Formats: sequence, C-alpha cells, structure tokens
Amino acid sequence: MEGEFLLEVKGVHKHFPGVHALNGVNFQLKKGEVHALVGENGAGKSTLIKILSGVHNIDEGEYLIEGKPANIRTPHEAIEKGISVIYQELMLIPHMSIAENIFFSHLPNTRGKVNWKEVYEKTRELMSYVGLDENPRMKVGYLPVAKQQLVEIIKALSANAKIIIMDEPTSALSNKEIENLCRIIKELKSKGIGIIYISHKLDEILELSDRITVLRDGQYIGTLDTAEVTHDKLVSMMVGRELKDMYPRQACTPGDVVLEVKGLTTEKVYDVSFDVRAGEIVGFSGLMGAGRTELARAIIGADTRKSGQVIIDGKAVPADATDKALEMGIGYVPEDRKNHGIFAQCCVRKNMTISALRQFKNKIKINRSNETLSVNKMVDDLHIKTPSIEQLISKLSGGNQQKVILARFLMMNGIKVLIIDEPTRGIDVGAKAEIYNILDQLTHQGLAVVMISSEMPEILSMCDRIYVMKKGRITAEFKRGEATQEKLLSNAI
Amino acid sequence: MEKSSKGHFLKSITRFEQAALVIALIAICIVFSILSGNFLTAINITNVLRQVSLMVIAGIGMVLLLLLGEIDISVGSLQAAVGITSVTVLNVTGSIILALLAAIITGVLTGLLNGIIVTKGGVNSFIATLGTMAIIRGIAMVVTKAVSIPVRVPKFAEIGAGQLLGIPVPIIISTVLVALFYFILNHTIFGRQIYAIGGNSEAAKLAGLPVQKIKLQVFVLAGILFALSAFILASRLDAGQPIAGQGFEMQVIAAVILGGVSMSGGNGTLTGALLGMLILGVIQNGLVLLNVSSFYHDIVRGGVIILAVYLDERRKKNAAKQLLRLSNK
Repeated sequence: MEGEFLLEVKGVHKHFPGVHALNGVNFQLKKGEVHALVGENGAGKSTLIKILSGVHNIDEGEYLIEGKPANIRTPHEAIEKGISVIYQELMLIPHMSIAENIFFSHLPNTRGKVNWKEVYEKTRELMSYVGLDENPRMKVGYLPVAKQQLVEIIKALSANAKIIIMDEPTSALSNKEIENLCRIIKELKSKGIGIIYISHKLDEILELSDRITVLRDGQYIGTLDTAEVTHDKLVSMMVGRELKDMYPRQACTPGDVVLEVKGLTTEKVYDVSFDVRAGEIVGFSGLMGAGRTELARAIIGADTRKSGQVIIDGKAVPADATDKALEMGIGYVPEDRKNHGIFAQCCVRKNMTISALRQFKNKIKINRSNETLSVNKMVDDLHIKTPSIEQLISKLSGGNQQKVILARFLMMNGIKVLIIDEPTRGIDVGAKAEIYNILDQLTHQGLAVVMISSEMPEILSMCDRIYVMKKGRITAEFKRGEATQEKLLSNAI
Repeated sequence: MEKSSKGHFLKSITRFEQAALVIALIAICIVFSILSGNFLTAINITNVLRQVSLMVIAGIGMVLLLLLGEIDISVGSLQAAVGITSVTVLNVTGSIILALLAAIITGVLTGLLNGIIVTKGGVNSFIATLGTMAIIRGIAMVVTKAVSIPVRVPKFAEIGAGQLLGIPVPIIISTVLVALFYFILNHTIFGRQIYAIGGNSEAAKLAGLPVQKIKLQVFVLAGILFALSAFILASRLDAGQPIAGQGFEMQVIAAVILGGVSMSGGNGTLTGALLGMLILGVIQNGLVLLNVSSFYHDIVRGGVIILAVYLDERRKKNAAKQLLRLSNK
C-alpha cells in the first residue's frame, strides 16, 4: 500500500521561535492527483510547502517519497527528487531570457560549450505544450505575470518534476488566464504528475482538486474527497472555533472623525479617500498586494505621496516624516514584525519605549525609574509574558512581541489613531483572542483603529466598517453586518 | 568536551567580550614588558596613552557611525585637510581659538557633505566616503602643492605636547570626550535612537524616529570629533601636512571593531571600543620599542582587521545559534 503515494508526510512537527508552526501534520499525494491544501493564514500551509521543498527540515515525523525516506535537506535536493515549487512570488530572473531561465541549472552542453540551438528548440517544444507563444530569447521581465507563470511551469517540467506545488497560482491572473491554467493542470494530471494546489479561492479548489487537506493553527484537521465536500463544510473546518469566544467586538458608538484621508495617491495606491471616527475599528480587506500596507505607509509618511492629504483632528499630516505623524498621534504596527517591528538586539523595555522616550525625559537624561514603571504597567495591563523587562524581545513568542509593539504606541500620551497591519499574523490562537480584546477595549477609550487584515473571520467579526481594496483602489465599503466573505472576496478579485 | 582549546578560547572571547578584551590587553602588556625593559616605564605609558588619545577622539565618532550602521573612511584624509586649514588660519591670525574654529568648521562641512550624500543621495556610506576620502586628500595635495605648512605660532605645540596638572592635554581631552559620549549613548534619547536606528532602520522609521535627521546629525558630530583629533595631530606634527593621517581610517575602524562594535550596526559599546583602541595602541608601541620595521606594522594592522571582523562574524553566529537553541526547547 505504501507505494501508492508519490509523496507522504506523517506526524510532522515544526517549531519556530515562539510558534509551533506544524503540530502533527499528515499529507499524502497520489500520482496524477490534484491535492488542495487549505487553511487560514498562519495555518501552516507555507511551512508545509517549505518542508516538502527542502527549505525547512522537519523537527519530528516522517517524510517519504514513493514509500522511501525522502532525505531532502536543501531545495536543490528537492528538485533532484522531482519536486518543483511555483511560488506566488515567481522566482524567475527578469533580465534573463525565457530559455535561459528554464535551462540555466542544466544547460545542454558539449564539454562546457552550450548548445544554444538545442536549448531554443527544447524551449519551443515545451512552450507549445503549455500554449505559450513567445520568442524563447525574450527577456522574462517583459512578460506579463500569467506568462511568467507558464515559464515557471515549463521550468518544472524541464527538470522532470513528478510533483509540482503551486502556491496561490491564480491570485494575479484574469479569468481567461485561469482557464488556460486549469487546462494545463488537467494535462499535467493525465501525465501522472501530482499537483499540490494552494489557494484561498474555495470555489476554484472545489472545481479543480481531487482531494482537499485542511490545516488550522498548525494542526491537521482532515483530508476529504472533493466530491463529498461543500463550500460551507470547508469553511467550518478551516475556521473551526467558536467565533463568539474569539471575538469580543459588539456594535460601537463612534465619535467625531479623527483621521481623514483624501485622494491619497502613491506609486501603489490610487486616489484613496476614507475616514475613521474615534472609537471605531475600520477594516481594510483585500488580496496580497492590493496596496493596503502601502496605504498605511503613505498615511504615516513612510512612503512618498504623489498627491492627496492626510488629516488628523483637522490638521494636515506632513508627507515624508514618520516622526511628525507620530507626534500628531498616528501609530503604525507593521505587518512584518521581525523585520519592520522589533529591534531584535534590544530588550523588551527599550523596544517598548523607543517611540515615547520624550515622556521620560528629565532635562537631558532619560529617567530610568519612570521608564521602568511605565513598562511594568504595560506588561501587567496587556499580560505580556516575559521573565523580565530586560529580556531580549527576540526571545518572546510572536504574540508577546506583538503586544510589546502595541504597547509602544499605547503608552504614548497623544495617540489618537492606531493602524495595525495583520494584527495576528503568526500568533497563537490564545494570544489572538487577547489582542482582539485589547483592540476592543482601546476603542472604548476613544482610540480610532485601522485594521488591515487578510483573515476574513477576523475582519468580519472585529470591524465596524470594512473597506475592500483592489489594485491600489478602494472598491467597496460595508457596514458591520452587511459584509460577508463572498462580498469581500468578489470586490477584492 | 571534544572541542579544541583554541575553539574554546575563541568562544570565551566572544561570549564575555569585554572581560576577554581586558585579559588580552593585560597579556599583551606582560609580553611586551618581558621583551622590552622600556615598556613598563612611566614615560612610555604616558607616551602610549597620548598616542592612543588621538585614535580615541576619532574613534568615538567612528563608534557613533558604526552603531548607526554607517561608516566614514574619509577620516584619514580629513586629518590632512583639518591640519592644513587650521595651521593656515593659525599662521595668519596667530589665534589658537580661531584655528580651532577653522578645524571644527572643516569637520562640520565634511561631515555634512558625507551625511547629505548618504541620507539624501541614498549612497552607501562606505562608497560615499571612499569618494570623499580621495577628494579631500586630493584637495589637500593641490592646495599645498604637496608641501607641508610649518606652524609659526610656538604656543600651538602645547596642545599636543603640553600638560595640565602633570597629565598630557590630549589625554585630558579624550577622557572628557569619552565620559561625555558614554553619557550620551547610555542615558539620552539621542543615544537610544542611535542604537535603534542601527539595529533596524526600517523599524525605527515606522516607530516614528527621524532616521535621516539623526544620521545627518551623527555624520556632522563625527566630523567634529575627527577634526578635533586632527587639530591635536597638527599640533604634535607642528605642521599642516597634506599626507597626515594616511591609513588612519583603517587603524580606527580595526580598533573599534576589535572592541566589539558591530559593522552591521546597533551592537557595541564605547568602553569595548576603548579597549580595542588601547590594545591596538599598545601593540604598535611595543613593535616600535622592539625596533620592528614600520612595514611590519602594516602587516600586523591588517591581521588585526581580519581578526576583528572574524570575531564580529563569530559573535553574530553565536547570537543566532543561541536563539535557535532557545526556540527548539
């Protein structure tokens, strides 16, 4: 029976600092099967892919290929064993030609001299197979995304891939392009290639896949035959928890307008206007790359604005000075906590007070005892779990790091608006609920919160109003209760 | 316990960095005092300290820049430029105060130039100051026609050679500056912001820190410190020399990194850097006492640079390993 699977993992565990990313996950892929992998953000899909493709190694559990231990430790070894990954962010080299991109790791040659004729012939052959009509000498950077994706597929085929992993392959494609991709996937199936398909679009998965495996918070929830599953059942398996306990938010009574954005335009954001009232949580939904983070960065002046205005309490926020924006009361908790949020080599105390240091100034010196007092109060208020405030922040779990960064702005006297980008990414379930509680309470004290989130349940349950963004523009606005997953999605795509 | 004793030694150096630096300094002193009878004399010790003070004054500026994740390698050329401007002003006006002012203005202007190229132009500071290093040295050569300008005000020599209460003036100046910047780095908002920006400049920007402004300020501040060391150097040379300070930048950078200040920003202490500079100063002094040809000094200095950077890399790896071990618990 073992031999029937192209690829199999059993009881896989993977830990990252502060996060148990995979907790006993099972997964099997048959020959000629499209096996979809679904789950919310942070469910462990990316980690699993990275393990299958040799980017990460497993801490515990088994990884078999055709019944034998895989022994894959590097991405290179994975490719040699016939596993190719087509990431959402394509990995092509833009200034190299189509043919070079496809063959650069295994150029046909005689004693070191490349047989370019053969390269181009083979490339043409493979291109016609996926219906790509271009000159093989064309630089990849000039191709539209859909065609670049086809080049990635050809690259996988030329490496004799037996298993192709596709991560959100349709997120940047038009309907027609998606149809073509589906046709190609069916053809690959018929050749016996196994495909692992990751997508947020459940309808697409229901149409395309043979089986579906659901992950949630790093745990294996189950594997189902697609024929037996419905959309609703899939959603309940993915979300799977008591929503009421998780989300404390009730209806709010908003105060005056605090933040007003008028016609804001940058390189990635076009003519965005909205407002936020005191005590309100306003959500921004949309796909990755819809321009939500860029909007936040433009508001605080971290990215250059081309035109438009940001007004807080009637005063214009300058275009290119994050320190001025902070002074006027806008704080921003970034999405990428590790690279844009924390100061990894500093302790909890220094991380927390960096934006509010002026409050502890005593003539020219920082008053350490006042500082320590404030930090300790925040640690108590937000239930930050740390052995000491002198502990390095990088040694805390993701949830506690996030709370420290929240505290960075909450301890400031003049804070009026908090923009929080993916508030619970990479955070355990328990800490998630705590962060929702904190945000809820803050609005009762009059803070205005802008919440950017790709997690549908989070945005639907926590926000009083929701804006949907697509390609840098706002495409819809919903009041609490009006919005549904479908409505958000259909305006985002 | 299979690890070699060498591996162990390196590990301990990287873990208890400052204690290890103190031990290394003492060990080097013991070796030189055995090899040369002149090493442990009051005159020689004062001499070493006086020489090191120049490096220390410039070194403070370098520490500030490295903590920010920036660097300034035009410091050597600046020694020449400041020497020439201040000695010229001195000879014309006869006033040491005006000469000092000229030195500081030169430091501010070059610091401003470097800072603007880096912050406004977005040029990597190593490359930017590599350029200004060549330009400043070139101007110094052109203006003087490669001839040194002798000092015509005898009192000027007292800055470098004079004493106050029996202590050489350069040692007093450098001690005061070290104390001042120790305070700034450890107890003021400015110091805290420097560490934060060097540790993660994007996070600092998003946390509302005026990153570019502080970088520019530090370039100017470093320029002033470099100018002060150059001013004292001119006094000791009793001339404005267009070739003054050649290779000084590498000396300063090597010593500071040896003292545990990271090239990648955000990590390091002024006291560590001070120890690094003392070690390098003592080694150079010892080599002179032992009559080792000055060409060998360059070889030793090169070795120290590589050792310093190696230790820096090692520290980073150890930190990463520690974090990994912790996360696997």
